[in-house]
Amino acid sequence: MSAVLPITAAQAPHSEGVWRTAWRRFRNDRVGMVSLAIVAAFLVLIALSATRVVARHWQAEVGVPNAPPTFLGPRPPEDLGTIEAPKGPNVDLSDVDPLAPRYKEWAERAAQMKTAEVQRQETLPFGGDRLGRDVLSKAIKGTEVSVFVGVLASVLATTIGTLLGAAAGFFGRRINDFLEWVYNVFTAVPDILLIFAFAAVFGRGIGTVVLILGLTGWSGVYRQVRAEFIKHRSREYVRAAEAIGASAGSRMFRHILPNVSHVILVRMSLLVVGFIKFEVILSYLGLGVPVDQVSWGTMLAEAQSELILGYWWQLAAATLFMAVFVTAFSLMADAWRDALDPKLRGAE
Amino acid sequence: MLLSIRDLKVSFRLGERGAVTLVPAVSGVSFDIPEHTTVALVGESGSGKSVTAMSILNLLPDNAQRSGVIEYQGRDLLQAALPELQALRGKEIACVFQDPMTSLNPVFTVGAQMTEPLQRHLNLGRRAALDRVEALLNEVGIPEPKRRLASYPHELSGGQQQRVMIAMALACDPKLLIADEPTTALDVTIQRQILELIARLQERHRMSVLFISHDLGLVGEIADHVVVMRQGVVREQAPVARIFQSPHDAYTKALLACRPSLGYTGARLPVIDDHIEGKVPNRQAKPKDPNAPVVLQVRSLAKSFFLREGLFGKREFKAVRDVNFQLRRGHTLGVVGESGSGKTTMGLTLLRLHEPTAGEVLFDGQNLLTLSDSARQAMRRRIQIVFQNPYASLNPRFTIGQTLNEPMAIHGIGTTQAEREQRARSLLAKVGLDDSAFGKYPHEFSGGQRQRIAIARCLTLEPEVLVLDEAVSALDVSVQAQVLNLLKDLQDDLGLAYVFISHDLAVVRFLSDEVLVMKDGEVVEQADAHQILVAPKQEYTRRLLGAIPRGYQPT
Repeated sequence: MSAVLPITAAQAPHSEGVWRTAWRRFRNDRVGMVSLAIVAAFLVLIALSATRVVARHWQAEVGVPNAPPTFLGPRPPEDLGTIEAPKGPNVDLSDVDPLAPRYKEWAERAAQMKTAEVQRQETLPFGGDRLGRDVLSKAIKGTEVSVFVGVLASVLATTIGTLLGAAAGFFGRRINDFLEWVYNVFTAVPDILLIFAFAAVFGRGIGTVVLILGLTGWSGVYRQVRAEFIKHRSREYVRAAEAIGASAGSRMFRHILPNVSHVILVRMSLLVVGFIKFEVILSYLGLGVPVDQVSWGTMLAEAQSELILGYWWQLAAATLFMAVFVTAFSLMADAWRDALDPKLRGAE
Repeated sequence: MLLSIRDLKVSFRLGERGAVTLVPAVSGVSFDIPEHTTVALVGESGSGKSVTAMSILNLLPDNAQRSGVIEYQGRDLLQAALPELQALRGKEIACVFQDPMTSLNPVFTVGAQMTEPLQRHLNLGRRAALDRVEALLNEVGIPEPKRRLASYPHELSGGQQQRVMIAMALACDPKLLIADEPTTALDVTIQRQILELIARLQERHRMSVLFISHDLGLVGEIADHVVVMRQGVVREQAPVARIFQSPHDAYTKALLACRPSLGYTGARLPVIDDHIEGKVPNRQAKPKDPNAPVVLQVRSLAKSFFLREGLFGKREFKAVRDVNFQLRRGHTLGVVGESGSGKTTMGLTLLRLHEPTAGEVLFDGQNLLTLSDSARQAMRRRIQIVFQNPYASLNPRFTIGQTLNEPMAIHGIGTTQAEREQRARSLLAKVGLDDSAFGKYPHEFSGGQRQRIAIARCLTLEPEVLVLDEAVSALDVSVQAQVLNLLKDLQDDLGLAYVFISHDLAVVRFLSDEVLVMKDGEVVEQADAHQILVAPKQEYTRRLLGAIPRGYQPT
């Protein structure tokens, strides 16, 4: 009999799955598709920079310090106000100089050395920073760190928040009381203080930033997931699952979780956006990424002192990258929410 | 003629972002509402009766397109501008909706909500409006109306809330009252009271009522004129006596036939499609074996909830008290009562979905309530439950196949995936669904089909006892008949024992052998189903029986 079965199974029409349906609905959303394309482009950029195909030489000082963007043209030579150098030949001091006997030796040594005078460019596509590094390369390299930090930290925070929220909402009673207590303590402490506390314990580095943000950012997710689980745990489909003998874990994660996934998804996307901004603050305060790496945050931190001198391009580049990515990501998450929400199904 | 509808067509624009499709809901409906009469609009869900009524005042969502003529006192309401309609809404034409719990705003007191339309439409001052509201509440039969002005909606019972809604609708002396299934969410006894109230008010205020319902029996008691709708068209319209005495349309005849009535003694109910095709239910009832083994015995079962009171105090609320019964294989125990009588709590406690406070549930001689967890898991297989709301009891993220497979996987029924799938498919066939249902999601099915799936899910575990918690209450009359027939078939074929919980005595009568009548958590009467019908001992049972709609009774 079992030999016959696969055939009948293949013949029976299967409705498209949740994810297939969601994708079909998502495809009809023009705004969602455009933002998905932008996010995908960013991901490609990150992959390229991580494999050192682009922005490999972001630390090279290729331009003059604070080189302006190409479209502004080179800066006019400034009147430095120094005394004009004498034009005639150098005065011969050799008869009074006690070091004169060693002139020849030095000349020989100097002949062995070779200094390559780098031709520093007057302008760069997006301008240059204080050291003359290309702002565009920095922004691309910074994308890698910032997005990595934002996404990873939000995944961590969402996981913590979802697990705790599910436990509190599903079991209620003591567990709920305890977790609510933890939540209240966490939210009572100002965020920045909490971050300082964690930073002091963990030391510096990108991993630390991810950990800090993840450990401080879960409270919002926790609260919302808890509310959703409280709502769903007494729904009849969960009761029905209990009646057929499904375990607590199966009811929590097989039955309820897929039905609240859209809420979690939106929360997570908001966290990505928020954490990218938080990384900026951390880096600005000197707790973020190390000096030998660059992120949008460190660029913005540098931009502050440059801005006073009128060098706005580093700020503009970092802001532009951040704004485009964050907006696209939010819109994409919003479109995903719409596509995944089972309640919005009516209009099919 | 107060209102006349001519060739009304309503369709809804559906589809997302560009791809627009027009779905017709009402296609060409015409009827009149004369002054000082009650017109009833009857049909199953999806027949377009509510859409028709709501298009009178344009209370439809934005994506509705209407065409035709709705003439109200010489004006065409379809062409009327919004301010003109707003002047009519509540003042000349008022509405009462199905669910009073969601129709009242929970954060305002009854008084505050009711004075608003008075101040708006009649330009009354606050004092005068409050006086008028008090008079209105008195008129709709709310005790202590003055005190109720300061109550919030949640402090009132469902029936009282509906009375408040009716009082609100009456506030400006409307000429037409649209009542959209005003009693569907209420108990039978309350339904009767509300029905009498509407009839009395209609008489006193000399207004017209457009009464919308899916229940022809109910309508027969109140309407002067009946319009039967199906799939967006009017199938028949006539005075109420003619509809009941000599219906012309096959569908009307079927509707009249498929409702279980107290006097009906056949083994199966006629269903609409069969009736239209002229088939007669011919399956004979299998005689019940009075000496069948007892599968379920319940002794002095009790369940209390503890409500917090004050800072540390607790108050005991006895939801179920001292329930005793025994259920034999292949038999059905009916449990009737109004909402709040503890019948659902009792059902859930049987399965230990609620922990009981006291008592014993003996299943094959073993006490279900003291079993260890592993032994309980095995017992769970043998007693299963079907819930009231078919839309909520299936996980929307699972295909039907997954839904049916899960219980078998948990309990290790069937060794391979293929074997389980085979079983699931045969069960789908057994509950009357075709094979294509296997891969579909719950939202692709109607309410009756979902209830069949829920029944199939229970059957995967080969239970011996099935608790049916208002399992057909949310379904239309015609679909109800199909599901009831299915339950009877399954009982005859598989020897299942049912605990059938319902507020509808007629349905309970059709299915049950023995009936428990519950009130406030206690069993007030317990007797053979036939006996309870002919010779009810308790006043409460008599009241329940008297409240059942009996259709049109020529006087």
